[in-house]
Amino acid sequence: MKYILMMTGTKAGVDTYRAWSKGDVQTHFAYLTKLNKELSESGELVANEGLAAPEQAKVVRAGKDGVPVTDGVFPEAKEFLLGYWIVDVESPERAYEIAARLSGGPGPGGVSTNMPIEVRQIMGRRTEDL
Amino acid sequence: MELPLEHLLRELAPQALGAVVRRFHDFAASEDAVQEALLAAAIQWPQEGVPDNPRGWLIQVASRRMMDYLRSEEARRRRETDMAVETARLTPAADAEPETDQDDTLTLLFMCCHPSLSPSSAIALTLRAMGGLTTAEIARAFLVPEATLAQRISRAKASIKASGVPFRLPTNEERSQRLRTVLHVLYLIFNEGYTSSAGPELQRLELSREAIRLTRAVYALLPDNAEVAGLLALMLLTDARRAARTSADGELIPLAKQDRSRWDQAEISEGIALLTAALAKGSIGAYQLQAAIAAVHDEAVRAEDTDWPQILALYELLKCMSDNPMVALNHAIAAAMVHGPSQGLDLLKALDSDTRIAGHHRLDAVRAHLLEITGDFPAAVKHYRLAASRTTSIPEQRYLMMQAARLSESIGSTD
Repeated sequence: MKYILMMTGTKAGVDTYRAWSKGDVQTHFAYLTKLNKELSESGELVANEGLAAPEQAKVVRAGKDGVPVTDGVFPEAKEFLLGYWIVDVESPERAYEIAARLSGGPGPGGVSTNMPIEVRQIMGRRTEDL
Repeated sequence: MELPLEHLLRELAPQALGAVVRRFHDFAASEDAVQEALLAAAIQWPQEGVPDNPRGWLIQVASRRMMDYLRSEEARRRRETDMAVETARLTPAADAEPETDQDDTLTLLFMCCHPSLSPSSAIALTLRAMGGLTTAEIARAFLVPEATLAQRISRAKASIKASGVPFRLPTNEERSQRLRTVLHVLYLIFNEGYTSSAGPELQRLELSREAIRLTRAVYALLPDNAEVAGLLALMLLTDARRAARTSADGELIPLAKQDRSRWDQAEISEGIALLTAALAKGSIGAYQLQAAIAAVHDEAVRAEDTDWPQILALYELLKCMSDNPMVALNHAIAAAMVHGPSQGLDLLKALDSDTRIAGHHRLDAVRAHLLEITGDFPAAVKHYRLAASRTTSIPEQRYLMMQAARLSESIGSTD
């Protein structure tokens, strides 16, 4: 069963993160690197990407005559995607377990960041006879 | 690689692997060695021609790899290794009974489908070791990256090594349970291929063809086993309908509306013949029953000719053997076809309190269909939409939304 695990943040959250000490940042990266390695070795990791900084993001809408209209910076309060993991697991419980691990990454002082991770099953192309 | 060579290598792969594992006992390392031999063959044989004894060639090359591997392992573990044991391993005892190739293949299959493995691991390992598919081919078939699949296979092999499963056939007590696991894995492979046939899937391997091929091989090894015959019959009778189940646009077509001229009559005939022979053996198993149900469907020239009372009787038998709520669901559909939709709906009520299926999209989909037949369109629309929100299948979601939209239009209701 394939799931996407999405890590989101706000501008305030990201600003705070950018002010972490070097040690805290390294600890956090080490935690995620270790987790990714585990998921690779278990054969569960399908894909994992981090997204470029939100300041670089654009929101695009269809404009007149098909010319895309781009909006710049995200509003202060809006949540946006920081990165995602796509995993292929045996059960929903395992997906939640992995998400909890993602959420439990350490922040300043080693305290868990406890970030909310959105877990969504990915739809498939298979179907039984009707 | 040309097709005939590819087929030859796939046939020989498990035979070579069986021989190497029998000699060296290390399943994981043997599998790697055989993979290397297959690769070498794929490169050399097109240039130099297929050897007179291709199987012998593969075994020889793989064995040489194994010797290299063992020698380097020995060098590392010199103090711990019991040299007598090592020597004994490399040269079979003079009075050892030569096991047949057939036992090897079967033993290998039991190993790949060992109950300690998760279903997806067993499937990957079976396709690799028994089917001779490459890691890349299997990964493509399951829509995961090659590296992910390679890891799964490695871990499956490590699992088998750690569990200390000996390379021999299961004992008589274990055998029927172990065979059930094997058949289940083969059925999962078939189902993966068959249920993915919605729309053009150019990159995907014919998994159902592969499952049929492997099941044929098992049937050849166990010709007196009625459940193996039943499974093979079920696969053929189901696969026969494959061309008719999706439209050119990839839309799913229900059984009742399929163009039956597109059903494969040769597969249907073969399936029925197999089933008839299996049923004559006396004992009835779940695969045989499911095959019998498929046969009744496949024998109907038009949907309206379907012998639903027969199907109902068969589901009644299947319900006695199986606790599976999906069986109860299908039974309710058959009951509706024979005794009317209200009967079917009553039977569905019992499933609402079964936590394994309550809230499952199929329950809502069937309910919607029966409500439509009774003429309660608004309730049917509601359940089609509910089912659409609960399914994780894109083609099915599309189908269910279309049904809701179609009915909605005929009511003349707004969204």
